[in-house]
Amino acid sequence: MTIDWFFILEKIVLISGVLAVSLLVAMYSTWGERKVASIIQDRIGPNRAGFMGLLQPLADGGKLFFKEEIIPGNSNRFLFILGPSLAMIVACMTSAVIPWGDTLTIAGHTVSLQIADINIGILYIFGVVSLGVYGIMLGGWASNNKYSLLASVRAASQIISYELAMGLSLIALLMMTGTLSIKEIVEQQRHGGWNILYQPLGFLIFLVCSFAECNRTPFDLAEAESELNGGYHLEYSSMKLGFYLFAEYINMFISSALMSSLYFGGYSFPFMDSLGLSPNLVTILGTAALFIKIICFLFFFMWVRWTIPRFRYDQLMRLGWNIMIPLALANMLITGAIVLYRSTH
Amino acid sequence: MGMSLQQIVFGVLSIISIISALGVILSKNPVTSVLCLIVTFFTIAGHYIMLNAQFLAVVHIIVYAGAIMVLFLFVIMLMNLNSEIEPQKRNWLKYAGAISGGALLLVLLGALREADVTPIQPGASDIGLISNLGKTLFNQYVVPFEVSSILFLSAMVGAVIIGKREA
Repeated sequence: MTIDWFFILEKIVLISGVLAVSLLVAMYSTWGERKVASIIQDRIGPNRAGFMGLLQPLADGGKLFFKEEIIPGNSNRFLFILGPSLAMIVACMTSAVIPWGDTLTIAGHTVSLQIADINIGILYIFGVVSLGVYGIMLGGWASNNKYSLLASVRAASQIISYELAMGLSLIALLMMTGTLSIKEIVEQQRHGGWNILYQPLGFLIFLVCSFAECNRTPFDLAEAESELNGGYHLEYSSMKLGFYLFAEYINMFISSALMSSLYFGGYSFPFMDSLGLSPNLVTILGTAALFIKIICFLFFFMWVRWTIPRFRYDQLMRLGWNIMIPLALANMLITGAIVLYRSTH
Repeated sequence: MGMSLQQIVFGVLSIISIISALGVILSKNPVTSVLCLIVTFFTIAGHYIMLNAQFLAVVHIIVYAGAIMVLFLFVIMLMNLNSEIEPQKRNWLKYAGAISGGALLLVLLGALREADVTPIQPGASDIGLISNLGKTLFNQYVVPFEVSSILFLSAMVGAVIIGKREA
């Protein structure tokens, strides 16, 4: 049995790179969030640590690490620690199937900038996303606090409800593209048009559901501080609290990358095949294009948070079940009819 | 080294799945039981991947670990079951459980003793890949597939009626 050491090395470098970039982006998303909030509220925002407050995330992280660690009495210690760890692990797992770029050719080897191009990429993401709720549920329950328990129950029912509409909106996209591999979906958009042109309603539903899945305002009912004193992470302190907050930003980053890949062409950009540049340069430019798209989405996430107030819980459920799911079903039906019509004519 | 990589992975997966399955029935805390069951589901999904049935593996995770076990956990958390407040079971119930479990084991042993087991080469079949599975389901087995969807529909109607009772 020969082991392809170059292959293993390539994957290890890629995995570490993607993880490092996810963490870096999540770190600077916290800075971005504060700056966006301050601009929207006509303030200055963090400006003490470093130029324009750019060292603020480091200061925050350092503070969280050195805070006193408190584990509430009568709580299940193992589950209490497992909660934030799961939230963080699950958030980091999704990045494996996202194509961060096309292929690079290094010293005769072709390196794909995707950790795993499996033929069920989208289902993998669904599998991981559906596990995301465990971190919140276990943490909330193990805190041994009524508010935390309420929050974890809210989070569980919210995430399960919006997963349905999210899946249904994706089915329409899958019927159109005919593949479950994200890489292939991006390649199709490279030669055809972006999927947002053909699936505007599907994208809108997917976007709203991503807000709900990431627990972002206006869907952050699980941490509604005015009702639940902070919700599922009420009893958490120190870096365990940091993990929960950080996982939210990683989730935002990954879902931005996913939306860019599925609906906005991923790493492809207009005229990329007619520039006449070397393939490696085009790949690097493509990755840069993907990151620009991701940053736009991240800004959108923040913009919405500081603009739209939180829903009431019954409104949230009604939106999910009575509006999003029927709309997604209608979108699926229309897409199916068009696909059938085009395949017979 | 007489073992291939696949055999090593198979051995590790099997050991974890047996240990976690034992954890489900042996642990006193119901939340731990649920967590052990989730680990068991993951190892079974791993077995599916070894058999080249990736679609089955992912759907197994989405449906069982991602949805059904969340509801289990939901119910257990709301009932707040603990070993302290659990009512003491009567002795005859324990004996009845042990006897019926042993009887089931005998039946299974009797049934499986004569069964001839054809070894499956891992990765030999491509039926578990999603496009092949879809084509088989919608050509060869389209009627059973549609009939089972009616079963789901009736379950959904039942859920809606139960939910609407108070309104």
